[in-house]
Amino acid sequence: MSAQPLSAAAEKSTEEDPLPSPRPPAGTRAGAAAGNSRFRRAVRENLAAYLFLAAGVLCFALFSWYPIVRGVLLGFQQVTFAEPARWVGLDNFRRLFDDPLFLTAWQNTGYFTLLALVLGFAAPFATAVVLNELRHGRPYLRMTVYLPVMLPPIVTMLLWRQFYDPGPGLFNTVLETLRLPAQQWLESENLAMVSLVLVSTWANMGTTTLIYLAALGGIPGELYEAAELDGASIRQRLWHVTIPQMRFILMITLLLQVIGTMQVFVEPFVLTGGGPDDATVTVLLLLYRYAFVYNDFGLASAMSTLLFVVLGLFSVVYLRLTRSKG
Amino acid sequence: MAAETPARTLIAPAEMNRRTGRFLYRFVLAATLTGFTVAFVLPLYWMTSGALKSSSELADPNPTLFPESWHPESYTEAWTNVGLGHFFLNTLVLALGAWLTQLLVDVSAAYALSKLRPVLGNVVLGLMLATLMLPVSALLVPTYLAVVDVPLFHVNLINTPFAIWLPAAANAFNIFILKRFFDQIPAELLDSARIDGAGTLRVLASVVLPLSRPVLAVVSIFAVVGVWKDFLWPMLVLPDEAKQPITVALNRLSEFMPANQLLAGMVMASIPLLVLFLIFQRHIIAGLTAGSLKG
Repeated sequence: MSAQPLSAAAEKSTEEDPLPSPRPPAGTRAGAAAGNSRFRRAVRENLAAYLFLAAGVLCFALFSWYPIVRGVLLGFQQVTFAEPARWVGLDNFRRLFDDPLFLTAWQNTGYFTLLALVLGFAAPFATAVVLNELRHGRPYLRMTVYLPVMLPPIVTMLLWRQFYDPGPGLFNTVLETLRLPAQQWLESENLAMVSLVLVSTWANMGTTTLIYLAALGGIPGELYEAAELDGASIRQRLWHVTIPQMRFILMITLLLQVIGTMQVFVEPFVLTGGGPDDATVTVLLLLYRYAFVYNDFGLASAMSTLLFVVLGLFSVVYLRLTRSKG
Repeated sequence: MAAETPARTLIAPAEMNRRTGRFLYRFVLAATLTGFTVAFVLPLYWMTSGALKSSSELADPNPTLFPESWHPESYTEAWTNVGLGHFFLNTLVLALGAWLTQLLVDVSAAYALSKLRPVLGNVVLGLMLATLMLPVSALLVPTYLAVVDVPLFHVNLINTPFAIWLPAAANAFNIFILKRFFDQIPAELLDSARIDGAGTLRVLASVVLPLSRPVLAVVSIFAVVGVWKDFLWPMLVLPDEAKQPITVALNRLSEFMPANQLLAGMVMASIPLLVLFLIFQRHIIAGLTAGSLKG
């Protein structure tokens, strides 16, 4: 958009390729023409720079900056492919709040995020603390915990769909061997969301674990020694040394996890389709339906705007935190 | 216990060396090793070996650890009969193209911002970095519409690989870590190359890029992995079934395929990434920590 004139100008200059650049070294010593030629040199150097920037600026303008602006505007428009967009004011937002699923989707997403935080926070932290103490097999453990992260999410979901299978699924087989009652993992209203969180945590905890492990490695050993001399037990050292030293990184991962899990899509899309009885309809799943099932892009954009506002608050906190640290 | 003196951590070496400490250590080590193997390696093994079982064996409620009868043909059947080979190659093209576009676009942009420093360069960089703060899903709909009808050019990129490649190139994270790396290359090095008569492009190709191998590796791996794993975006912009990557095809076909062939397909979709990970572990982990501390 605003970058358009720049890239257009840069493209025009394609003929004068900067490659051989027969620049006379320090040829500006010639006195009178110096000011003029310095100016021309500056123009030429800027042109070369913008030539290198052009493709990037164009990609950002077309697929990032322009969509951002348009996305906000779309929330106030009615959009169909057949006719030009029409302004409808707050109509889309009104229709959103009238949709009984809207509230359900936010509640479900909040529930997913909360569960994912409890599990997704405790599991990697505990894992990282244990791994940091182990003197054997650490490369193997570090590798295995990251393996699921490398799987395409769709493969993870299809795999776990088989594990969750109420018939011959692996989980119910294990439960039966332990003489525990079999579960309707994805078909039960109470358990469906928990099942999604389990997969999600399994698939993603590798990243967080490795980040924590790196942070744990950076804690100075003297702090532990000093605490030990003061008679602090292992638990006290964990509480008064490890956790305070990790506070910053814990805050960052907390925010990133909230931002990430609020956008959960693949899990409910593949495993439950939003069911049973809308118990796993999330914000993004509903947004997907609005846009790509009902082709109501205005309604979907209004939903994105709301999601953006909510997540934007977390982003601002994140930004402030990284700023004050950096 | 340990041969070398490790860094001091939560638990003191003395505590480790006491008899209960040693016993506890061994217990925790064994528990972690088995726990991790069961939790993270077994599912992968189950997937790979499950594809070798017969359909009836797979459906048996008493699962077997080793296939009773071997059916490696389910892999070839999935590859040829179901046509997963075709979708696999689609993914390969999408990933390699996205990798090339991202390198080309992002390296030159980062080079311009770091070393050529044009007027308003910082504004452009700021506008790019600002996009990192946006949740991807909030841009889903408008970006989709921009791909259906690209502004200014008015072309429709649906069902073309450009719908994947071009939006992927608008990657502020890549530009950011590339620029930060380029910033560390001393200006004297570039100046001396210039004095030797190298032009702007030549300086990039023979001074900057050879020095930037580690960061180029990180960007490359993340570019390939990102596109390979993606599901929602290719499902939206590549509705033509013949053009879909393997992730989208697998989900679409999962209802109709026999279980062992589906497992074989899942293995195919995962193997390139797992191999990539085993080779470039160090780079991937380095990039991960760089990513977590961006900003």
